[in-house]
Amino acid sequence: MKRYLPFVILALLAVVPLVGLNSYLMHILILFVMWSVIGMSWNLLGGYCGQVSFGHAAFFGVGAYTAGIFYAKTGLSAWWGLPLSIVAVALFALVIGFIVLRLRGPYFALATLAMGEVLRVTAENLTNLTGGDVGIMIRERTWVEKIWYYYIILAVAAITFYLVKIVVQSRLGYYFVAIREDQDAAESLGINTTLYKTIALSLSAVITGLAGAFYTNYMGYIDPKVVFALHDISIITIMVVMVGGVATFWGPVIGSIIMILMSEVIRSIPMLGSAHQTFFGMLLIIIIIFLPNGIAGDFKKLKRLIRTGRTT
Amino acid sequence: MLDVNNISMFFGGLAAISNVSFSVNKGEILALIGPNGAGKTTLFNVVNGFYKPSHGDVFFKGAKISNMKTHRICKLGIARTFQVVRPLQRMTVLDNVIASAFLRAANKAQAEEIALDILSFSGLYDDRQALSKGLPLGKRKRLEIARALATQPAMLLLDESFAGLNPSELNESIEIINKIKAKGITMMIIEHHMKVIMAISDRIVVINYGQKIAEGTPLEIRQNPLVIEAYLGEAAHA
Repeated sequence: MKRYLPFVILALLAVVPLVGLNSYLMHILILFVMWSVIGMSWNLLGGYCGQVSFGHAAFFGVGAYTAGIFYAKTGLSAWWGLPLSIVAVALFALVIGFIVLRLRGPYFALATLAMGEVLRVTAENLTNLTGGDVGIMIRERTWVEKIWYYYIILAVAAITFYLVKIVVQSRLGYYFVAIREDQDAAESLGINTTLYKTIALSLSAVITGLAGAFYTNYMGYIDPKVVFALHDISIITIMVVMVGGVATFWGPVIGSIIMILMSEVIRSIPMLGSAHQTFFGMLLIIIIIFLPNGIAGDFKKLKRLIRTGRTT
Repeated sequence: MLDVNNISMFFGGLAAISNVSFSVNKGEILALIGPNGAGKTTLFNVVNGFYKPSHGDVFFKGAKISNMKTHRICKLGIARTFQVVRPLQRMTVLDNVIASAFLRAANKAQAEEIALDILSFSGLYDDRQALSKGLPLGKRKRLEIARALATQPAMLLLDESFAGLNPSELNESIEIINKIKAKGITMMIIEHHMKVIMAISDRIVVINYGQKIAEGTPLEIRQNPLVIEAYLGEAAHA
């Protein structure tokens, strides 16, 4: 049964839009799948390889702008941004990795945080390339119906899930976890830690960049404050994985459902809506105290908590 | 097999090792002894590639390794254990060993085969599914050895693999060391436990304040006045 679970869920997700959801619900569904993709990619670097990045907005933004700039400069379809972003983000990740992967632990986290902010400011000021704060608008929408966008991001998600699974169960996965647990010990076991950290970073960055390029096509508008956002992209990425379960296959998917639903529900509460980040902060504190391995990682503990709650 | 030539290692103005030279011959067990802080582990870190020596060179099978990165040195055939055990905590015992077996395995099936083989060799087969952070110290020390062995080294550096073990664990570990020697793997051992040293080592190098003060067979070392002085202080003469 467990082996077929991914296929069952994929099939379910594929037929859900056929029941005729309205445009708003489709939007929520698309966001959920997109955030699962970003969460899964972050999990590869932060969860398995132990390199906690606070700057995934950088990769998301570079992916988004690859599609946006290509469209703005050539007038061709922004969908070319998807394959192009793979190349652009991979090159970008190699350069960034060369710099930040020398750092360990909190220093790495701070460097990635700075990287995201530096890119935001850069994009704001390179006005002849990025349009600055005016942003880039995709004038011709490919489809009016949201369903096609949904199927595209669902395909990306399915491939990502499969890719993560293959990587984690292979030599790469063992090396990533070895690096997470003890980098010096890993090095003395003959693992080229610099090389494998670079691989983890590049894989993670490319997938996040792909989600960014999709975002440009789907939303039809990007500006630096949106796609390079620290709180709305980088931090939410970490929250998706932390809430769902670090270094688990389903964690990012579960985390994505919860975060998307929470943000939509809280935003619709009058008066309190604009304080949604405060609620995210409180949720994170609760998760860290009671379920440090996230919902998927501490699933047994969660069931026990619910059961004892019922009997008392 | 291993030649350490005039190695010095400075940390700021402090000479942790000064001008130490010795060789390890193929197939032998060389023990490195000396009081706490003498520079034994620093020497391991130099051989292992964690530190670049300030002066001097290290040669392994005739090739200079003192400017190589640690993972390259491991690939050439030198594996080590750590004084303070460093298992990959949130991994099972088996996964720990598989992770290092990958170094010379073509695929996962082969890595697992090597790993299982080494786990039974080192008496950890029954614990293979346990998380390594839950193991008692004796088994964690053996896991360190197993993990190093999984890289299929020609030479093994053991840093206090016997410290803190109870007598029965001690005997098990000595037995494993003898089995490793029988496989033809050269070993360099740091140890404080004199009974163990005298029982298993072929030759001993004594270090004090970063300098080599003696080298010889266990019998020679036991009678060397300099060694007695280093360990017991000058009062021993009186």
